[in-house]
Amino acid sequence: MTALTPPLLELRDVHKSFAAVHALRGVSLELRAGEVHGLAGENGAGKSTVVRVIGGEHRPDAGEVLVDGEPVHFAGPRDAQQAGIAVIHQEPTQFPDLTVAENVFMGRQPLRSFRRIDRAAMNSRAAELFDSLGVPIDPGRVTRGLSIADQQIIEIGKALTADARIIVMDEPTAALSTVEAQRLFRVVARLVENGAALLFISHRLEEMYEICQRVTVLRDGSFVTSSPMGSITRDELVRSMVGRSVEQLYPARDHEAGDEALVVTGLRRDGVFADVSFSVRRGEIVGLAGLVGSGRSEVARAIFGVDTLDAGTVTVGGRRLSGGDPRAAIEAGVAMVPEDRREQGLILDLSIERNATLPQLGAVARWGLVRRSRERAVASAWTDRLGVKRRRVTDAVATLSGGNQQKVVLGKWLATEPVVLIVDEPTRGIDIGAKVEVHALLSDLAARGIAVLMISSELSEVLGMADRVLVMHEGRLTAELAKEEATEEKVLQAATGGAA
Amino acid sequence: MTRASARESAFAGRELGIVVAFVAVVAAATITRPTFLSGQGIHDLLLNASIIALLAIGQALLVITRNIDLSVGSVMGLSAYLSGQLFLVDKDLPIVVVVLAGIALGAVCGAVNGALVAIAKVPALVVTLGTLYVFRGIDYAWASGTDTTQINAYQMPSGFLSLGSGSVLGVPNLSLIALVVLAIAAYGLHNFRAGRELYAIGSNPDAARLAGIPTGRRVFGAFVISGALVGLGGVMHAAYFGTINASVGNGRELAVVAAVVVGGVAIFGGSGTVVGAALGALLLTTITSALPILGVPAFWQRAVDGAALLVAISLDRAFMVRLAQRLRAERAVRRAG
Repeated sequence: MTALTPPLLELRDVHKSFAAVHALRGVSLELRAGEVHGLAGENGAGKSTVVRVIGGEHRPDAGEVLVDGEPVHFAGPRDAQQAGIAVIHQEPTQFPDLTVAENVFMGRQPLRSFRRIDRAAMNSRAAELFDSLGVPIDPGRVTRGLSIADQQIIEIGKALTADARIIVMDEPTAALSTVEAQRLFRVVARLVENGAALLFISHRLEEMYEICQRVTVLRDGSFVTSSPMGSITRDELVRSMVGRSVEQLYPARDHEAGDEALVVTGLRRDGVFADVSFSVRRGEIVGLAGLVGSGRSEVARAIFGVDTLDAGTVTVGGRRLSGGDPRAAIEAGVAMVPEDRREQGLILDLSIERNATLPQLGAVARWGLVRRSRERAVASAWTDRLGVKRRRVTDAVATLSGGNQQKVVLGKWLATEPVVLIVDEPTRGIDIGAKVEVHALLSDLAARGIAVLMISSELSEVLGMADRVLVMHEGRLTAELAKEEATEEKVLQAATGGAA
Repeated sequence: MTRASARESAFAGRELGIVVAFVAVVAAATITRPTFLSGQGIHDLLLNASIIALLAIGQALLVITRNIDLSVGSVMGLSAYLSGQLFLVDKDLPIVVVVLAGIALGAVCGAVNGALVAIAKVPALVVTLGTLYVFRGIDYAWASGTDTTQINAYQMPSGFLSLGSGSVLGVPNLSLIALVVLAIAAYGLHNFRAGRELYAIGSNPDAARLAGIPTGRRVFGAFVISGALVGLGGVMHAAYFGTINASVGNGRELAVVAAVVVGGVAIFGGSGTVVGAALGALLLTTITSALPILGVPAFWQRAVDGAALLVAISLDRAFMVRLAQRLRAERAVRRAG
């Protein structure tokens, strides 16, 4: 019966090349009303290009895009919006200086006489919107300083107020905690009930099984398969994505922990976190779980000395660190791989070798001048050891895929031979293949006696990797669980402030 | 709505700050020399600020979009010179034609800048640094080519000169023009989609593109409007001073940018108001007039402009830091609540 009505959106044999790179080679996709359609594939499989074609940012070289069965030719994002398409991008795209209401309605503000903006209507409609979503966001405040989860909600608000019928979500949950993701899924379910069609992209397969009815898989820019979600097993899905089967997502870990390498006691930063005490031993992976905004990343930043502490001590290998001094932390053997690799971890326009040697230029320099040959040798050695897929070490980091970028960040810090390694969301937004490699790498590092503190919003990652799980809620440690006793339920309870 | 707009203008405090600084300067000057605040004194203050304020309004539109126009001094010179030349050709030319010609010339210069920035995607700083010299070069070449290095008041019709020096109910004509332009610009920026889109472009250019805003067209438009205002400023300069040579407006770009920044327009775009920019122009010209009265040699003027710029930027920075702290505290409260 659905065959009678054309799909809301259809791609037919779409091709797209960028210079020498053939990004899409014949992608077909059908998106029907009332359906959540998953788009799966490893990084570099072409998912983002599909999103950009649908959103009107790229024009296909060949093939057709059809809306309601009619071929369309988008000249830009505005055309796509007018066709009822809303794209929610991987990174929220806010105007930090403008108010929440203005962000929601930019380009589509309600008008009064003489085409003037009707601010009263705009603000009240925004207020209604957030009420209906059950999220307390003040439409009159500027968006600067909002959490990523709140920004994501604003993006969804944009799609809703545009009366979009076709909503594309590119990794909307990458930066969300489990609870926030659940809130998002409830909104999604309501949209679909009202007849919208949703294209949902996520690296978290559990989520796909939770909310998608159908899934289309891409590999290397080509269409692999499309099937109802219920009739494809997890193994089959992974195999069709990577072209091989992934035996085990998390490496088996079996070794003794050594001395305490990192000890923190009574850490406090006013208004952010308080009373945080824990230790990490050599050879141990400690998972730090909690919702986004619970203070996990802030604790890490304070340990590393990026932010100052109001109270508490950080001891590394028995030596107390003076607070607020990343250089001292690095010298004491602490390395930190930050949450947002693009903003904090890498200088995208610089070459791989330049990035890789940045924290230890002293080691590749003589008399204050960097020796290029030495720099190149160090960079090559590390990128090879980590299996970074690259052409030349002189290529800009921006040319690498997300997973490979993350490996460069890891390599850059590993080259400093740290005692303590802090990783914040080490696998956010990278594909399964690379994820497995990063996990194996972390496990390998721990086996060599490095103390690893791993922050992650992905529960399965924390449970799969960590020897011990610490949970934070509202700036305080609410639970410490050994690997054996850590279950999804217990961690969630502690993370949401429920009785542990 | 009132609640929202109160918070939107988080920078309203900034305009208040300029007013306070303005009052302090005027008070100090008046105590030293009471005539500073006489009717004539106020008249002069307004008149001096009018042309620079006009240029600052246009510049603010550009800075809000994260662009800048350094060629304003040269464009102003060209347009002033054009006015004089037109009267040399025909002294009976209707004044309105000359005014429109000046505006059109400015708009064309703005279009050149805008096209290079919006279409060729060259950074505005580089483009307008180039056109600063090109436009000034054209001005000099024109002056030497026609063999008129200076055009004087007697060569211009009295109606045109009285446009520059006259006043209505005690308010100088030029100030009235600047006020009308200011009112239109302020209202337009706040109430029309295109106006809000300028802020969006400056606040996050990539997001603006994704939101379907025709960023190139908007930036181009801002350059044309700003150019037109600079053209008008050139004609006003000709009418006010009555003496025109090829170096009119030389170096004005720095004063204009200083006025905009002092007026609270964020140099990286996205926030600020044209009212603030105009107030910044008023403050800087008032300081300039007050310096000799306060016993500061006039050659300190530029240093004072520069110092005001630095103070303004430091204040902005301090404000942003405080805002970040407040947001952090708010989040902590929300979490605890």
